Amino acid sequence: MHHPQHPQTAQPVIDLHDQVKAAIEKAFPQTLLSSSIDYDFPVFVINKPQIHDVLSFLKTEKELAFSFLTTMCGIHFPEHENHEFAIMYQLHNMITNKRIRLKVFMSRKDMIMPTATDLWAAANWMEREAYDFYGFIFKGHPDLRRILNMEEMNYHPLRKEYALEDAGRNDKADKYFGR
Amino acid sequence: MSNIGQNFANATQVIEQKDYSILNLGPTHPATHGIFQNVLTMDGEIIVDAVPTIGYIHRAFEKLSERRPYNQITPITDRLNYCSSPINNMGWHMTVEKLIGCTVPKRAQYLRVIIMELSRIADHIVCDTVIAVDTGAMTGFLYLFQWREKIYEIFEEICGARLTTNIGRIGGMERDFNEKASERLHAFLKEFPKALKEFDALVTRNRIFMDRTMKCGPISAERALEYSFTGPNLRAAGVDYDVRVHAPYSSYEDFDFQIPIGTNGDTYDRYMVRMEEMWQSLSIIEQAIKNLPDGPVFADVPEFYLPPKEDVYSKMEALIYHFKIVMGETDVPKGEVYHCVEGGNGELGYYLISDGGRTPYRLHMRRPCFIYYQAYPEMIRGGMLSDAILTMSSMNVIAGELDA
Repeated sequence: MHHPQHPQTAQPVIDLHDQVKAAIEKAFPQTLLSSSIDYDFPVFVINKPQIHDVLSFLKTEKELAFSFLTTMCGIHFPEHENHEFAIMYQLHNMITNKRIRLKVFMSRKDMIMPTATDLWAAANWMEREAYDFYGFIFKGHPDLRRILNMEEMNYHPLRKEYALEDAGRNDKADKYFGR
Repeated sequence: MSNIGQNFANATQVIEQKDYSILNLGPTHPATHGIFQNVLTMDGEIIVDAVPTIGYIHRAFEKLSERRPYNQITPITDRLNYCSSPINNMGWHMTVEKLIGCTVPKRAQYLRVIIMELSRIADHIVCDTVIAVDTGAMTGFLYLFQWREKIYEIFEEICGARLTTNIGRIGGMERDFNEKASERLHAFLKEFPKALKEFDALVTRNRIFMDRTMKCGPISAERALEYSFTGPNLRAAGVDYDVRVHAPYSSYEDFDFQIPIGTNGDTYDRYMVRMEEMWQSLSIIEQAIKNLPDGPVFADVPEFYLPPKEDVYSKMEALIYHFKIVMGETDVPKGEVYHCVEGGNGELGYYLISDGGRTPYRLHMRRPCFIYYQAYPEMIRGGMLSDAILTMSSMNVIAGELDA
């Protein structure tokens, strides 16, 4: 078995993690649910009701200025009870060249998120994509329609309950491959 | 993709006092170089608004990736920006290498740089010659486009494929350049600058071309950043962001090159940035060949890198690894990584969540085209219909990357 050698986390990433963590905790007490460093990225899990305020704070705060929305996407963890769905945001400060990742978890009964289109014009299609594939509702989005799939589609295909293979087909079941 | 009727309804909402006409452009229109639909609201020849519809070639790459082992996802990435497939392939390999903590030997990194820069040139040849075609200059296209063919011939020698290359492997390169590949590469480096100079002389300072492209489809640096532009389109607006410099990968920090930037963010600037980038890419390739280190072209990751065939037939371990790789039975460590490369159109990023199984748990591709194409209505508003065509080709919107 090949054992991967994880490169030691670089000091600048640890410093960035500590700086952003302190800033969020100071401005929004009890909003930061957890934080970690995944490879070269500081990751912050934010309480859902405050996500828009935190994004806006991170964008406009002079010290941080994460003014560039690199990407965002939905994620589905069906085994997590009461927080099955997540949205991931990746922000970038192009001047200091620092990047962070934010995550928001929510239950499948409450997939309503505040829109980020007022902060970034780019969030428009990214949110439409997350709606299309996972069914997140972005409150305040100017034009929340499906984007890549056809409007008539009645489900959100990237959810884990939709198997990729035809449901009636069992010749590719994992048991035949010893899995 | 949404229903066309809805788009017409949205487009017609603009109609208030004036009598605008609605024009459906696409999805299959010979001037749009791909499957793009726009419902335009026109005031005579002036565009008042546009509602784009995308998704005509959506192939559910992100979903497909959740069923495929890591080495079988490379061919999927080929089909993102198919004008520069090798960059997508390398970006994917590097993402997995980051996840498994594998360092690729220097020689393989340099070979990858050569391949990536060749495909950047191929990508920019497509974009710049097509801008010229859309202004009516067919000649430049005919002369320069054959050089894309020469680049594909080099790829063919390296990996056997031309357009959708599946080049390189997780852990390095599948093989070193053979003699014929090196020969073709040297011939290309010798002859291409002449052709590029010729094209430059024919088009860049051409009065008609300049009049057509200047102030056509402009975007300011502020708006471009709001729209998360990256790549040549952002640089044309005056922001010197380049992943190769800001987050160097595959030894880009060893090379000396410039990031060209524009000032107005219009079609002419986008054209110029790409022209200069081709010269910079040529210089990077020359530096890479000059300083090419010796050594192996793959790292010691037997669980991901196919063993040599003679070992498979004679050694037990190699046979097991071969079987596991081909059957896609390699488990990877748990983790979450994001890796980005400078694609032909900007920051191409892979956000990968692994739960330790044989396939990714979630793979999200940050496709630059998808993100910046949403600025298209804003960029063509107030311009002529013919400018809208030109703006689209200068943004280099590639349907494969847009729709994934």
